[in-house]
Amino acid sequence: MDLAWYLVVSALIFCIGAGGVLTRRNPLVILLCLELMLNAANLALITFSRMHGNADGQIFALVVMVVAACEVAVGLGLIVAIFRRKLPIDVDELKELRG
Amino acid sequence: MSTTTWGWLVLAFPLAGTIVIGLGHKRLARGPAGAIGTLAILLAFASAVASLISLQGRDEHARQLTSSLWDYAVTGSIDARLAILVDPLSVFMALTVTGVSTLIHLYSVSYMKSDRGNARYFAYLNFFVFSMLVLVLAANFLLLIVGWAFVGAASYLLISFWYRRETATKAGIKAFVINVVGDVGLVLGTFFILRHSGTLDFLGTFRAVEGGAFASHEGALIAGCLLLLVGAFAKSAQLPLHTWLPDAMEGPTPVSSLIHAATMVTAGVYLISRMHPLFEAAPAAANVGAIVGCATLLVAGTIALTQTDIKRVIAYSTMSQIGYMIMGVSAGAYAAGMFHLLTHAFFKALLFMAAGSIIGAMAGAQSLDKMSGFKRAMPFTFGCFVVGGLALSGVPPFSGFFSKDEILAFVGAREGWFVALYVVGYVGAFLTGIYTWRMIFRAFFGRPCEEAVELEHGHIAHAEFPTNPANGEREDTDVGFPGPEHVIAERELPMKGAMAVLAIGATVLGVLQIPFVTHVIESFLDPTFEDSRFNAVHPSDGLIWFGMALGTVVALLGIAIAHHVWVRKPGTAAALQQRFSGLHRFLVNKWYFDELIDLLVVRPWAALGSFFRSWFERAVVDGLFVGGATGVVQAGSAAVRRLQTGFLRYYAALLLLGGGAVVLYFLIASS
Repeated sequence: MDLAWYLVVSALIFCIGAGGVLTRRNPLVILLCLELMLNAANLALITFSRMHGNADGQIFALVVMVVAACEVAVGLGLIVAIFRRKLPIDVDELKELRG
Repeated sequence: MSTTTWGWLVLAFPLAGTIVIGLGHKRLARGPAGAIGTLAILLAFASAVASLISLQGRDEHARQLTSSLWDYAVTGSIDARLAILVDPLSVFMALTVTGVSTLIHLYSVSYMKSDRGNARYFAYLNFFVFSMLVLVLAANFLLLIVGWAFVGAASYLLISFWYRRETATKAGIKAFVINVVGDVGLVLGTFFILRHSGTLDFLGTFRAVEGGAFASHEGALIAGCLLLLVGAFAKSAQLPLHTWLPDAMEGPTPVSSLIHAATMVTAGVYLISRMHPLFEAAPAAANVGAIVGCATLLVAGTIALTQTDIKRVIAYSTMSQIGYMIMGVSAGAYAAGMFHLLTHAFFKALLFMAAGSIIGAMAGAQSLDKMSGFKRAMPFTFGCFVVGGLALSGVPPFSGFFSKDEILAFVGAREGWFVALYVVGYVGAFLTGIYTWRMIFRAFFGRPCEEAVELEHGHIAHAEFPTNPANGEREDTDVGFPGPEHVIAERELPMKGAMAVLAIGATVLGVLQIPFVTHVIESFLDPTFEDSRFNAVHPSDGLIWFGMALGTVVALLGIAIAHHVWVRKPGTAAALQQRFSGLHRFLVNKWYFDELIDLLVVRPWAALGSFFRSWFERAVVDGLFVGGATGVVQAGSAAVRRLQTGFLRYYAALLLLGGGAVVLYFLIASS
């Protein structure tokens, strides 16, 4: 099978993830979509690694997974904190950073 | 020690005095400040005497010594050094300055003893002496300018010494501003000369002039000399930059005596003498100096006739006498000018000190209208006044007679149009006799005034409350105003001592230079002036005899007229005043010089200033610069602020767009 199809799948997953981040308002779902984007990137990395016969890409993918795990921990922590303060679970309502 | 080491010591002592008194003013107030100040100047005087002795021990042609302590900036085209020039002229000036200053410091110890700013006063006074010595000992234009500006600053500080008097602070500002005009003239003149001579050093400049550096640049030399004259006129209170001197009488009387009579105002005379090779190469500039000096002596003499403030009368007489000196040294009578500078320092300082004594007896009042009949109450002051008055009006054998006649004889010997100056000089001498003795007759003769009567009974009058003599405003005696005690020479030993020494000097100093008999000053100063082309000018014997006779006659005539008008027939003055009321008003208003300067200089500048304040400042500075800059920043920040919506998804979209754009760019660029 042509390796390019893996890239196509990766691009599709990335676009789905990006679309979810932009359109959904629930932070939990946004976090999930971010995971999709990261995994799409992982897939691309591994594909390129395979393409060039170089293991560096796979190491990168492992690093990205670790970072993703950390990011999920921080993100969920934030959501819990928002929930505890009885703030709305809606990113459009959280806009105190307005200039 | 070498001659120049003594020269450096002359400078070091007053500087040390300034620093010690200035830093320790809180502890040294009242007692020790005066003693330290006087001692510092006395030591400087002793050093000056030592340098004189050491200088006289050298060969006559090796009496111009320079010594450099530090090279400030020495490059191909400029040689700025911290250097002094010790030669007969500078030693002569240093001796005069330190000698008279010592006596005036001594006098001040008593005169200022009750003043709350006592230590500050002596720090300033020491600083002044230091500045003046820098001025006269400088070996190059740079140090001369430094000394010149320091002297102006010291004068400002001392004129507005009683800084809570508004009149005094105004007078100080006026003096400072006019002196700065002179400073600018001096600096610009230096540039004109430096440009072609290529050196700042005096002796180097003179050699360059002799070597023809200005042969094809005569205009530059004349312009330079004229600008130097502007400096000299401002410092020496010559027309039309003289108006600060009478106002400077707001300062304490010893200050008037030291700065505005004996030393600082003679700086212009010194400058012209020092620069004589330049002025002789630019006779047009020298002639301007002679004419202005002559005009000043006449104008000041006429104004002095009508002034009623005793210190102002003496101030105008100072202007007039300095007019003689400027006229003399501009015409080439260097030794005579310096001789008159010396004798004038003595008798004018003496007159001011005596005036200070009367002002003490009058409890601070200075108007001649209020004074009368002090002769019996203050015999010592009266004696000093008479000696000073005789010397000033040029009655033989007092010192002023010889010095003034020597200047005039030399001017007469120049012939040509100088004869007109000669005649005006004697008219001035006649006026001198009148106004000097008018002052003496009004203050000491006639019916004793209240204060004089009280003094005869042994009490110094005290006013109910202290007032400003210039405008009658009420004052207190705290710092910034004169102290509570009034002093007179009769009761204060330091004052008496200082005045006695000056009185002896004013009487006998003429023996230094009696025509046909002695020529001490001329031969002493000869090494400095030996290259002068006026050395060949000698008044004929007949002219000298005629001048002396004429001088005696006009002086005595002036005194006789004053006696007639103010003693024999006391109503005459009022009658004359009524008869010539227009002329009187003209003279009382000092020839309207203040008003003229106000109209020509002050008002246009003030109008320009208010135009800039009201229009330029608002429209251009506030509107364009300040408003423009804030407008740009505000508009920019408003635009950037609009981007910050706070919507998380919006930021994410921008992030993606940006990332996408970068990727697209690379894709397009790589294909």
